Amino acid sequence: MFFGKVIGTIWATRKNPALEKLKMLLVQPVDSSRASTGAPIIAVDTVGAGSGETVCYVTAREATIPLPDSFAPVDAAIIGIVDRIDPEVIETM
Amino acid sequence: MVLGKVIGTVWATRKDENLTGMKFLIVRHIDLEYRLKDQYVVAVDSVGAGVGEVVLVASGSSARQTEVTKNKPVDAVIMAIVDKLDLTD
Repeated sequence: MFFGKVIGTIWATRKNPALEKLKMLLVQPVDSSRASTGAPIIAVDTVGAGSGETVCYVTAREATIPLPDSFAPVDAAIIGIVDRIDPEVIETM
Repeated sequence: MVLGKVIGTVWATRKDENLTGMKFLIVRHIDLEYRLKDQYVVAVDSVGAGVGEVVLVASGSSARQTEVTKNKPVDAVIMAIVDKLDLTD
């Protein structure tokens, strides 16, 4: 699972049928201090995330599990909207 | 999924027999201003994409979750043709 910030939306009419009625959002991966890390990806929204929100997304085949039809070619899905991040400072020995 | 632009086609007569009948398109990754990036992938087309079109590519095992690529040795599939990209940031 990774953190990301929603920065946009993708519109596609010609697509795999399992993606009908699903919102595809543009997500910028971020770290726990919300700094960008890596190239933006597209993830299916399963929790009603809005643009600008920090979210949690899951990748690979597991991303199809929360979908209405899990036989779908999806490799990233937003599964949570972050309220707060409390990064524990791990004291190195 | 990643955003890409179809820039060409791969033709291969000698290949795994599971792959017969599939269209292999070369998809170059693009950034949010549609500029071509260095990475590219050869993806199986499952939605009738043509050269020049902006598409979405799903990778890994998820790529086998379509009628065209089910149980086939495929790890990248074109599963959507992008009409519009709305940037709000």
